[in-house]
Amino acid sequence: MKALFLLIAPLLAAQVRVPFERIRDAGKEPGNWLTYSRDYSGQRYSPLDQINSANVAKLRVAWMSQADEADTVQTSPIVVDGIMFITKPPNIVEALDARTGRSLWTYRRDIPSDFRGCCGKVNRGVAILGDSIFYGTIDAHLVALDARTGAVRWDVTLADPKLGYSGTGAPLAIKDKIIVGMAGGEFGVRGFIDAYDAKTGKRAWRFNTIPEKGQPGNETWAGESWRTGSATTWVTGVYDIDTNTLFWGTGNPGPDWNGDSRKGDNLYSDCLLAIDPDTGAKKWHFQYTPHDVNDWDSTQTPILAEGLFQGQICKMVVLANRNGFYYSLDRDTGKFIAGRPFVKQTWAKGLDESGRPMRLPNTTPTADGLLLWPSLGGGSNWYSSTFSPQTKFYYVNAKEQGAIYLKGEAEFKAGAFFNGGGQRRYKGEDPYGAVRALDVATGELKWEYKLHMPSHAGLMTTAGGLVFGSNQSSFFALDAKSGGLLWRFEAGGTIVANPISYSVDGKQYVAIAAKHNLLVFSLD
Amino acid sequence: MAPSRYGAMYNKPRMKSAMFFAIFSILAAGAEVRMKLPNGKSDLAAGKKLFEHHCGLCHGQQGEGGRGPVLAKPGLSRAPDDAALVNVIANGLRGTEMPGADAMSEREVRQTAAHVRSLGKLRSEPVPGDVAKGAEIYRGKGGCANCHALKGDGGIAGPGLAGIGGRRSAAYLRDSLTTPDSDLPDGYLLVTATPKAGPPITGARANEDSFSIQILHPSGRVHSFWKSELLEIKKQRGKSSMPSYKATLTDNELTGLVAFLASLKEEK
Repeated sequence: MKALFLLIAPLLAAQVRVPFERIRDAGKEPGNWLTYSRDYSGQRYSPLDQINSANVAKLRVAWMSQADEADTVQTSPIVVDGIMFITKPPNIVEALDARTGRSLWTYRRDIPSDFRGCCGKVNRGVAILGDSIFYGTIDAHLVALDARTGAVRWDVTLADPKLGYSGTGAPLAIKDKIIVGMAGGEFGVRGFIDAYDAKTGKRAWRFNTIPEKGQPGNETWAGESWRTGSATTWVTGVYDIDTNTLFWGTGNPGPDWNGDSRKGDNLYSDCLLAIDPDTGAKKWHFQYTPHDVNDWDSTQTPILAEGLFQGQICKMVVLANRNGFYYSLDRDTGKFIAGRPFVKQTWAKGLDESGRPMRLPNTTPTADGLLLWPSLGGGSNWYSSTFSPQTKFYYVNAKEQGAIYLKGEAEFKAGAFFNGGGQRRYKGEDPYGAVRALDVATGELKWEYKLHMPSHAGLMTTAGGLVFGSNQSSFFALDAKSGGLLWRFEAGGTIVANPISYSVDGKQYVAIAAKHNLLVFSLD
Repeated sequence: MAPSRYGAMYNKPRMKSAMFFAIFSILAAGAEVRMKLPNGKSDLAAGKKLFEHHCGLCHGQQGEGGRGPVLAKPGLSRAPDDAALVNVIANGLRGTEMPGADAMSEREVRQTAAHVRSLGKLRSEPVPGDVAKGAEIYRGKGGCANCHALKGDGGIAGPGLAGIGGRRSAAYLRDSLTTPDSDLPDGYLLVTATPKAGPPITGARANEDSFSIQILHPSGRVHSFWKSELLEIKKQRGKSSMPSYKATLTDNELTGLVAFLASLKEEK
């Protein structure tokens, strides 16, 4: 009987079908993980509780999937009705039987020999809509694959990879459209968010993250600097079903560490953008770091949550920013509600009433080097934070690290690095990391679990009262209420990925990518 | 065994730092590598300034060497031609303490390379001292082999010394012998772990994470502890377990020993 079931598992894959309504109502499907952050809220919270604080100590490896390439696996899997869809370096999508780990199909795409990219051939996952899988390729294409076989349904070019454009983030499916961002912020590109018709691949709209001459906001760029101002969009956004609003973060202005040629606030770099997903029209924006000279992208996935502020329940959009501050904004208007540092920072006196940072004098990079907290990696980075509706805490993987920022010259040459400096390691103080639980409305620290080194990995909360996180090559579970360590596993390779959880046949699994592997855990 | 153990120990933190710092390989495409080095006055002046800011700390302000190898010499073993030199400056050398210049533009890398080549036109100072006599002291009176290995032969309490003359200047080596704490290899940390039960263990840290620590005892034994089993971990930053040879060796003997160490060039 069991053997028969195994035989028909690939046939089940043939039935994968995820209309928009299933993603919208993801709460009704606790066992599936239908979009990058499980549902549109960005909370990365699993309602599964079979694995919980009482039994998590018994968690063990159920199966693994290995990659052949040198770059790290950074995928956040999608799981639909027993089928898992992941990405692997250098440019691969794979469908797996989520119960056994056995491969069902592989889509492999050649990379142009002259491809550059800034930071490895990495990818953070796919989107699913209907019976298609959507994948932003490292060479800046968006492809639609038949979820049953991996066959290409359509393939469109987002931008020219020779100019530094690439795709690393998971697309987001909303209604009949696929929303996708792009990377390349170190090459003097011009950022955008695109929407494509899921059926045909026809572009529905493009939102350029840097306004052109004549458009409002262009005046925040000196001269022609807007043309090479970056403001990329390389991490997946979130969607407010109630107000039909897409929220998407933007990256650093370019050149990264030398702002001389781009005087002004440099809109919409380092912003949260609220966009109508039907038309691409901007509703509002909030800029976290005006005229950034530290490479503090604000691309990380924001979280939609309700929080109690001054006695009132507010609908908020929140995030712990790379610049070291935690922010809660009014989700409907973009107005600043509250904010405070969640790590050591030495560049701003604080945030003013509108949430704008009050930059201290002499805090921009210099040729000799300027010591500042946080480092260019930031107080946190692209990897996901999480929110638990049980505890009402926002959890962030925080980095306590300073760096010596250097200013260099910045010469623009299409397709070449356009940085204008960098950072040097500061050896005077040991860096460390911490999982921090914050009050979602104010960012007030509730507890912390200290980590030996800062880590570059995301968090997930579950209804089992757990926070899953990673440090170096360890994957671990903490008590979501207290921060106490409940379980750990040495994965043998650095973890630079977000965890997910799903269930098949009533059994809960937890998955995390570690170096060249995807590891999947279960209770027995 | 010993060199690879030390290799892992010293390289690991560098790899970690590579993880946490976005290190951009400035020259990924081959086209720029074949470019000629600039030789204009202003380029050379810019290269000199860049060298002083980014390279001089390890290689000496005139390329006389220090923590990093001597650059004021005609041929550079890791950079036989200009393209290779540009590549080394831009991307660093894997498995060594040489980082990539992620803070430099492509032009700045070429300006720096041009300055490095100009240093090679200076005459480098020959290292004085009797190499054969130094070798005797290394094995005999100095007792160096008790703690240091040459190609796997010797102790492991200190770093392996094969090729040390290619990595450190003679002045640096002399300084290390007389003042061992003056500078330590990247990632070297002397620690003392005190278990709840049993005697404290002192040695070089081989690895550490949030949950455990591994210590390499001078005897060669690895001690592994869960942090929950420990009362205390004392980290002796900037401390070397090596004694100073200032008083135990004569000036002549020191000069010979330095000459011997400086003669240990690239590990082939």
